[in-house]
Amino acid sequence: MEHVKVSSLLRFKSNEASEKKKVVKATDSDRKDDHDGVLSSDGKVTEKVEKGRQNKRERSRACKCINSCCWLIGCMCTTSWLLLVFLAYIIHASMPAVQLPEFPGARMKREGVVANHPVVLVPGIITGGLELWEGKPCAAPLFRKRLWGGWGSGCTNIFRSPLCWTEHLSLDYETGLDPPGIRVRPVPGLIAADYFAPGYFVWAVLIENLAQIGYEDRNMYMAAYDWRLSFQNTEVRDRSLSRLKAQIEIMYATNGDKKVVVLPHSMGAVYFLHFLKWVEAPAPMGGGGGPGWCAKHIKAVVNIGPTYLGVPKAFSTLLSAEGKDISIIRAMASGLLESELFGLQTVEHVMRVSRTWDSIISLLPKGGEAVWGNLDWSPEEGYECGLEKKRHFQADSRENNSKSSEENSSLQVNHPKKYGRVISFGQEASQDFMHTSISTNLNASHGKFRTEFDEMSHESFDKIVEKKVYTTTDLVDLLRYVAPKMMRRAEAHYSHGIAENLEDPKYNHHKYWSNPLETKLPDAPDMEIYCLYGVGLPTERSYVYKMSPSSDKRKGIPFRIDNSVDGSDDCLKAGIYFVDGDETVPVLSSGFMCAKGWKGKTRFNPSGSATYIREYRHKPPASLFEGRGLESSGHVDIMGNLAMIEDVLRVAAGATGPEMGGDQIHSDLLKMCDRVNVPL
Amino acid sequence: MSLIRRKNVPESSEAEIVDAEDDKKSKVPERKNRQWSCLDTCCWMVGCICVVWWLLLFSYNAMPASFPQFVTEAITGPLPDPPGVKVLKEGLKVKHPVVFVPGIVTAGLELWEGKDCTDGLFRKRLWGGTFGEVYKRPLCWMEHMILDNETGLDPPGVRVRPVTGLVAADYFAPGYFVWAVLIGNLARLGYEEKNMYMASYDWRLSFQNTEVRDQTLSRIKSNIELMVATSGGKKAVIIPHSMGVLYFLHFMKWVEAPAPMGGGGGPNWCAKHLKAVMNIGGPFLGVPKSVPGLFSAEVRDIAIIRAVAPGILDKDLFRFHMMLQHVMKVTRTWDSTMSMIPKGGDTIWGGLDWSPEEGYSPGKRDQNNNGTETPDNSEDENLISDAKHAHYGRIISFGKEAAIAAAAELKRIDFRDAVKGRNVANSSCRDVWTEYHDMGFGGINAVAEYKVYTADEILELLQFVAPKMMARGSAHFSYGIAENLDDPKYDHYKYWSNPLETKLPNAPDMEIFTLYGVGIPTERAYVYGLTNSAECAIPFQIDTSAHCADSCLAGGVYTVDGDETVPTLSAGYMCAKGWRGKTRFNPSGIKTYVREYDHAPPATLLEGRGTQSGAHVDIMGNFALIEDVLRVAAGATGEELGGDQIYSDILKWADRIKLDL
Repeated sequence: MEHVKVSSLLRFKSNEASEKKKVVKATDSDRKDDHDGVLSSDGKVTEKVEKGRQNKRERSRACKCINSCCWLIGCMCTTSWLLLVFLAYIIHASMPAVQLPEFPGARMKREGVVANHPVVLVPGIITGGLELWEGKPCAAPLFRKRLWGGWGSGCTNIFRSPLCWTEHLSLDYETGLDPPGIRVRPVPGLIAADYFAPGYFVWAVLIENLAQIGYEDRNMYMAAYDWRLSFQNTEVRDRSLSRLKAQIEIMYATNGDKKVVVLPHSMGAVYFLHFLKWVEAPAPMGGGGGPGWCAKHIKAVVNIGPTYLGVPKAFSTLLSAEGKDISIIRAMASGLLESELFGLQTVEHVMRVSRTWDSIISLLPKGGEAVWGNLDWSPEEGYECGLEKKRHFQADSRENNSKSSEENSSLQVNHPKKYGRVISFGQEASQDFMHTSISTNLNASHGKFRTEFDEMSHESFDKIVEKKVYTTTDLVDLLRYVAPKMMRRAEAHYSHGIAENLEDPKYNHHKYWSNPLETKLPDAPDMEIYCLYGVGLPTERSYVYKMSPSSDKRKGIPFRIDNSVDGSDDCLKAGIYFVDGDETVPVLSSGFMCAKGWKGKTRFNPSGSATYIREYRHKPPASLFEGRGLESSGHVDIMGNLAMIEDVLRVAAGATGPEMGGDQIHSDLLKMCDRVNVPL
Repeated sequence: MSLIRRKNVPESSEAEIVDAEDDKKSKVPERKNRQWSCLDTCCWMVGCICVVWWLLLFSYNAMPASFPQFVTEAITGPLPDPPGVKVLKEGLKVKHPVVFVPGIVTAGLELWEGKDCTDGLFRKRLWGGTFGEVYKRPLCWMEHMILDNETGLDPPGVRVRPVTGLVAADYFAPGYFVWAVLIGNLARLGYEEKNMYMASYDWRLSFQNTEVRDQTLSRIKSNIELMVATSGGKKAVIIPHSMGVLYFLHFMKWVEAPAPMGGGGGPNWCAKHLKAVMNIGGPFLGVPKSVPGLFSAEVRDIAIIRAVAPGILDKDLFRFHMMLQHVMKVTRTWDSTMSMIPKGGDTIWGGLDWSPEEGYSPGKRDQNNNGTETPDNSEDENLISDAKHAHYGRIISFGKEAAIAAAAELKRIDFRDAVKGRNVANSSCRDVWTEYHDMGFGGINAVAEYKVYTADEILELLQFVAPKMMARGSAHFSYGIAENLDDPKYDHYKYWSNPLETKLPNAPDMEIFTLYGVGIPTERAYVYGLTNSAECAIPFQIDTSAHCADSCLAGGVYTVDGDETVPTLSAGYMCAKGWRGKTRFNPSGIKTYVREYDHAPPATLLEGRGTQSGAHVDIMGNFALIEDVLRVAAGATGEELGGDQIYSDILKWADRIKLDL
């Protein structure tokens, strides 16, 4: 050891200069360590000291690293803050230049329009908040916090335990009600659906406008219900329909016997249709209001983006838990959703949860092939997908106009879209006539009881694919085949057909109440029905499917949208055929009943309640400051459409349909309606 | 030092050399780093703070949710089961629908229409929640909280409305629960929105005006009917708190009264729809605290602040020009505060030289609890040292001498005929109008010369100093005792909230409980002084220098037993005596029960506001009280609950009151 010391001493002389630096750099405590080491003249100590020195160096290096890290982060933070402040200042300074138009409420108040009829808001699917009343231990701190909607502070809990969250949002697969030990309930009051997420309004803009002409809690009521349940079950479990009835009655009574204006949105339109039948039906199944209840209490039903005849999107959601958005994500990052991200098979979980929600079944297209078209016919055929763009083009030059319309017509003749084939396997199937003959009888092939895809065999998948083409009627059969339990549960609550004879006593059952093609409107000749919806946005109408890669077949969903398929024009994109609509609901679904099914005195509308159609053409927001747009007609964004708000306010203040200007139609709705062959 | 360094040289020289070269290379940037500028240090600091903050946030979010409870249990031992769990284990479950009636101040108010200064506050809370706006724009806030001085309704262009639903009063401010604990425990039994209803109302308005403006009473009626119908005909259990007790008393009369003034429910409505009314901390006979509130906008807390830091309240603190005057200006427009002026006059609250509580000394009940029963002693004391006792009957006295002097020695000059003079300095005070500025010095002095005011005289005093307010209020409230309850004048709504001027509805199966805390000193009478400060100030204030040896009088305030806000007498008298059996106030013989909860302060800080508290609002988290409420909601009757549970001297005091029953 002595030798070591000496030699190291000698060698060290040469390195003294550099060593000095290091010592200077060393912290006091290190120096003290060294000192102690020297005092005890043991060989071990030298090793220790040496180690200490190395540690020191490492430590100093680590220190340096941490220091610079901190410095970097600090730098970034400060510069970003400074930038933010700077930006905020600039925006603030330039704000006056961007003058947002005045809300219709404020303008109309000056014109002397004041609150008149009490207003009931009926939210649609998804947009209403849900809160926890009783749960498993993993959700204990979330009592009376929102599990759905709001997405405020409770959000972190979703990401902390996503499985816990999905467990609480699912319903019982057998009953369609709460699973044991879990109670998730709708948030009541206006806060239920004013904002879906912070800053993402649903009803808030409309509420503010209504408030400006004098509405407040006493004459405005949000009929929040649990949108996961079937409509009749909301009454069975939560008494939602009874509460709605009581609220309408009390508002009618306390506002000087003024009838109520009801504003349902999206699925709320179907829900309220159910209510109209329920409230007049006799007591055990219905509300016992007696005939004439609607005539006495309701002035107008102003449906916003109603899903009267269903939404084709519902098929793809139930079949493969995907819509346009998800299939696009899949196209962009194919691995993302399949990988076990966050320990989850995201899409599979979405499907598992959403299949327990009965309400989705209410959105399946109604009326079958008579309304939605069959293998080689559909009401929308001949729709021009690029039409909106071309219309703008027309304004510019007339020559091009005639030219392009010629082109259009030629295109039209060449490739009529087969929208009636709601799901086709492979692009050829969606266009070719030849496959119509191939149809295997699915239901007979396997007598075995099946609930989920997991329990199905390869052959049955193949059989499904072999059939190639499905119309709406076929699709309901397909769903019955792939998810028999779900369909049996749901079909006790919903029906999707067309009534032959409405006098048949079977139509007194509640499962027909939400289908406008299987119910008569209540006897209320003075009641007005409005259909307000957006047009001019491509809306999903039918899909091209494929088998999913075989590796995934075992664990999840065997089919998915074939997003490699693109059409020659805008109609077919990423495996999806589009038609006119509000991005979610096709025009046919929201407009048909008001435009034709109920117009005048028909068998669906025996008392001849007046119907009006108000369409709003989509205009994207002009600048960033407009947010989601003041003239947007997207399914939810339309709630901030100023023209629509103005119409709603006028009706609430007492205007009738003719005073509003009657129908306002931009789309080819009437042409489509004429093609639909439903006896009226 | 060089020696030390040399000894440290490592064995492997090559490595060392390489190292050294490394060092040389790194020397250049190092030197730069060393000369960190101030900016760098700042950045470094910010970075450090950010990183630490993120780490803390991350660890907080990653922490299991039960962690705080775990810590608490580790320190204090296992917590008792919350009453909901305990009762659930016994097999009780949801039965009767439940209605909550919040009290004054605790329920939220939100803005529906406002002046320009309220930009962006649409449907935001002005009252309750964080009160952020109070600090940001206090004058604007005041302008919206105030009501019209003439009508007692909204000022033009302003609409402030009660928040609806359970959120209206579950938490008053973040973390400060009111109903939340009770709601949570009811939920464990299976309660949810469909069988729980918060009857929130605008607590600033007079009770009848809530119906006139918002149709609140009609909504409560319709909701109770709906809940009874949808839960299979099971009657509702009503749980009013604080002023909600009076509000619901008003409701019970309103709902059976015929249509234009009442709800038209018919004479059996209450019998059909109500199982029990469980009044929590009810100020049935009023609260002495409301008198200084109206008289000089101060209560004990404010008086203490004034004593500690005399300058603070008169300064322009928080841009609050003359804060108290503003508070007074606003609160005087709130009709509801007048519902809590002591009722029953001298008969209930005592005269110049007697009061029902006399002989009470704050420390006494504690001794009783310790086992030394001394009823004889206290009676002896009564006889011997009558003069020494506090004269609680003198609700306001000017000067300590007036408060303790014997009745015969008082020299009083009547104030009623005093001429109100115009104050010269009046014009400068226009922005903070209180009616004092119309009184002039003559009037003010006359008030002080009268020396002593009992409950009856308090009314006259308030009529003298604030005639407009009292004129508005007397159209809605009455404070007397009925001679003959069958007099048709008692059909008017202004008598409905005074239990001494109404008959209970005809509902023999209904039960009335009064649940309240005892064992906390509660304001009962005040010693006042004149202020000699600026002209715009309120001329009277509590004389905080007045103290007394036996601690009954502290800081100018006499205290008795109660729940810190409502004296036991007010909360308990009606159920202990006024309505007991068949009396003229309770002709159908509705059963009444008194349930008192002795106050025990929270054992540790971790308990928060305590699970055995008896304070006016904190009692909503009292486990014993919650358990009683749960049992009744699950179907128990008062007898099954154990009948009366009395710790205070309420029965003795009730006997001293000479009231025809």
